[in-house]
Amino acid sequence: MDLPVVEPSPPAVAGCSAGSCGSTVRQMDDLSDAIRARVQDHPCYSEDAHHYFARMHVAVAPACNIQCHYCNRKYDCANESRPGVVSELLTPDQAVRKTLAVAATIPQMSVLGIAGPGDPLANPRRTFETFRQLAQKAADIKLCVSTNGLVLPEYVEELTRYHIDHVTITINCVDPAVGARIYPWIFWKNRRVFGHEAAAILIAQQQKGLEMLIARGILVKVNSVLIPGVNDAHLPEVSKIVKAKGAFLHNVMPLIAEAGHGTFYGVMGQRSPQPAELKALQDACAGDMNMMRHCRQCRADAVGLLGEDRGAEFTLDKIEAMEIDHEAAKVVRAELRAQIAAELAAKRARTQAPAAATTPQVIRMQPHVAKSAHPVGRSVLMAVAAKNGLVAVHFGHAREFLVYEASADGARLVGHRKAASYCAGDESCGDAEAVLAATIRALADCEVVLCSRIGFEPWGQLEAAGIHPNGDYAMQPIEEAVMAVWNGMLVAGKLAIGRIAAKCA
Amino acid sequence: MALEIIESCINCWACEPLCPQQAIQAATPHFLIDADRCTECSGDFAAPQCASICPIEGAIINELGEALNPPGSLTGIPPARWAAAQAEIAAR
Repeated sequence: MDLPVVEPSPPAVAGCSAGSCGSTVRQMDDLSDAIRARVQDHPCYSEDAHHYFARMHVAVAPACNIQCHYCNRKYDCANESRPGVVSELLTPDQAVRKTLAVAATIPQMSVLGIAGPGDPLANPRRTFETFRQLAQKAADIKLCVSTNGLVLPEYVEELTRYHIDHVTITINCVDPAVGARIYPWIFWKNRRVFGHEAAAILIAQQQKGLEMLIARGILVKVNSVLIPGVNDAHLPEVSKIVKAKGAFLHNVMPLIAEAGHGTFYGVMGQRSPQPAELKALQDACAGDMNMMRHCRQCRADAVGLLGEDRGAEFTLDKIEAMEIDHEAAKVVRAELRAQIAAELAAKRARTQAPAAATTPQVIRMQPHVAKSAHPVGRSVLMAVAAKNGLVAVHFGHAREFLVYEASADGARLVGHRKAASYCAGDESCGDAEAVLAATIRALADCEVVLCSRIGFEPWGQLEAAGIHPNGDYAMQPIEEAVMAVWNGMLVAGKLAIGRIAAKCA
Repeated sequence: MALEIIESCINCWACEPLCPQQAIQAATPHFLIDADRCTECSGDFAAPQCASICPIEGAIINELGEALNPPGSLTGIPPARWAAAQAEIAAR
């Protein structure tokens, strides 16, 4: 393997690593205005954008040219939500109709991605025909693609032809010895290649493709699947190398492996990582790289905001029945985008103003804390039942929680946890106990849960588990609410450094 | 001399563009190989292309009914382990 070492460019703010410093706004400040403008309405590339903008994937690409041990190509399920799973395969024409229908119904829709269920570039005719039509018919929708990278070098030119400026490459390793434990085979130059040889070819192609994209100014996000005992110790090196080559964002996702999924890892008993393991690895990589913390590992036919899936509203038969004024829809989208851009700019101005007046290192959400020259107080993990950037969801209705780390440096999104909403109505509440228990387990490392409202029963159980429920900030912006709670804990003397709470043990 | 695609095919399209004889037809419930056209890639490639990219063990067979990709050959899951896992799931 020949991996040329490229000197990483110096950080924009000296003395401030992404790992120790600040919130989303802070991280985005390290980017050039040009890059910020390119990602500000892409929910998968910008943490801010994911509160406001929606994306969709169209499942036009069923074929794959490699096998990964976390993937089962037979899988097709309406109830599962994870990569590689779809309900119906679309032709390019159907995919274009569906995209236009979604964009007309959900004006927040800003991005169309092709992510499988196979590899988009292993289906070049279908993938590029979809892009070609959409580039003509909905020029305001960003097009992006997610690939395993095996044949990426030969399609880089064609990607630029359709103005695709966001590409995701899944890179799980840069060492063939590690790769041989992840990829059993690839299809390469008209034959099936196995093991170490296969992994070496795949890795070389991924790295070459990454370099070619960067050379053409295309933004590259790298996805990695964290597989305990296989590539966990190796991923910080992956992060360093892809950053040095110019990748913009690194998304380390947890392996999803259950025997019922029929994957190699699932059947062979490979365990998935715990949330705390994932966070520790993301933190370890963050010193070198901009880490994505808000990925929901969506399906290859997902529709809507991250964390929600409205795919069932847009099945082929339902689309056929829709009457759509595409021109009017474009106008609505443009107006909404302008409005959201103004909101984000106002939010940036609010959070930057006090910080600029003091030191550039810290975002001070609460002026009375900002006055302290040496901010003290340990960091605290808080789970938030959120929607559109606000503390806006009833605890019992939350399907997921965003996890923020609050400290003197501000509020920083560090992950999310899935939860089955336990209060689904009258009939299905039989499982409430079990679901509540599972949710509490998923939030075990959090000290506070912020939600718009919460019932008496879960309140008591959360408290018993050492998680303090808080419904005082309903409809407030997340980061402000998180910092207000943290400041309250600081004033109450609960955050003395050295006095580690039982939860952190 | 011809290969055959059987019902475990998942209709993933991977094989169709590779066939040098255009012998593969997209069909439901599964793709089909035109036995009159299939040459098993003899003269074109060292190995039959459809069976070299097919991700499903057992989905492509030869005239003797033998799987070109037998159980365990692609996933790496030993057949006994697979059977045990399926039995365990069924018993839940």
